[in-house]
Amino acid sequence: MTLLDYVNRLLGRQKPSGTTARQRLQLVLAHDRSDLNPELLEQMRREILAVVQRYVEIDLDSCDVSLETEDRVTALLANLPIKRTRPQPLPAPDDSDIAEEPDAAGGSDTPRSGDPALAAEAHGSSDPAEVALPG
Amino acid sequence: MTSVSARTIVICSGKGGVGKTTLTANLGIALARLGHQVTVLDADFGLRNLDLLLGLENRIVYTAQDVLSETCRLEQALVKHKQVPSLSLLPAGNPRMLEWLTPEDMQRIVSLLAERADYVLIDAPAGVEQGFRNAAAAAAEAIVVTNPEVSAVRDADRVIGLLATMNVQPVQLVLNRVRPKMVMNQEMLSVDEVSDLLALPLLGLVVEDEQVIVSTNRGEPLTLKDNPSPAGRDYRDIARRLGGEQVPLNDPTRERRGLRARLLHKLRTTTGLF
Repeated sequence: MTLLDYVNRLLGRQKPSGTTARQRLQLVLAHDRSDLNPELLEQMRREILAVVQRYVEIDLDSCDVSLETEDRVTALLANLPIKRTRPQPLPAPDDSDIAEEPDAAGGSDTPRSGDPALAAEAHGSSDPAEVALPG
Repeated sequence: MTSVSARTIVICSGKGGVGKTTLTANLGIALARLGHQVTVLDADFGLRNLDLLLGLENRIVYTAQDVLSETCRLEQALVKHKQVPSLSLLPAGNPRMLEWLTPEDMQRIVSLLAERADYVLIDAPAGVEQGFRNAAAAAAEAIVVTNPEVSAVRDADRVIGLLATMNVQPVQLVLNRVRPKMVMNQEMLSVDEVSDLLALPLLGLVVEDEQVIVSTNRGEPLTLKDNPSPAGRDYRDIARRLGGEQVPLNDPTRERRGLRARLLHKLRTTTGLF
């Protein structure tokens, strides 16, 4: 470790690389184990959001859907902050609409490129919906 | 020539160069010196090296190929280690064997070896292709070797997934080439982190040690010595744990923590700042 690295670490500017390695591996192993490619995951994310949006208004900017793995069990974690509930659920859209509709919400980042630290924080702040995937 | 139920253990890693063959050689010698009858099988037919690390490369007459084609009897192909006669090697055959070898062939060889040993250690090739599958198909249990590096850990995870589908159990982890100083500075994945990420029980860790290279240069595994260097001691501990002994984990990242590191650690854990 050079002196500069050391100073950066002391000032909290740079995470130690071991921590970065662990966080990157947590994400990549979750994806490897689930066998879901990023495109499929993104499509599933859009469809989940579309369904939830029929019942409640959600804050699309801070929605987070990601895969996490602990003890070889991969879980789909969705953290969808609710703005308000709808008095009446919206009618179910056609299949074709589901895939298109919520994409404009600026959430097109795949969770793989998202900051894992942020994701973990968001999970702590409210109840994430958890769906266990087999394997 | 005692056991009816030899333990058949495949040693694998996914990624190449993480220390499978070195572990197989050292573990084989260490187990044999603990009084067990051990056979090591080089299942890396493409790139065989186990003979070299054991210093037996000049004594090979027949190989696993000759046993399968019944050119020779098994006893003729087995190469006994001179200093540790309870260890013998069944050398890998020609790389062309890969074209026709089946999991059943491997199972046949290993069950022959299991009749006359307490331990059969199978040195698997790198990768997750047929060569690895053949080697794993013949084993009841597995040791996955990895380094504290992202690529090695990821590849190990692929292998662990495959072993699970092949009903190989138990699967235990050996973390090789650990650099205590880097771990203390949090610039290297720690033993616990790797074990957690892969969700595998830890069989042992091996510290980075120059003597490993010296010993491979000579073809004399570190565990041949009574007072081995740090890595040799780690390999010996692993052998004893494999045999069921309770050997405490020698975690050098805790032992060697100096004043500065302790203070830094304290600061880190109390402030949570960095």
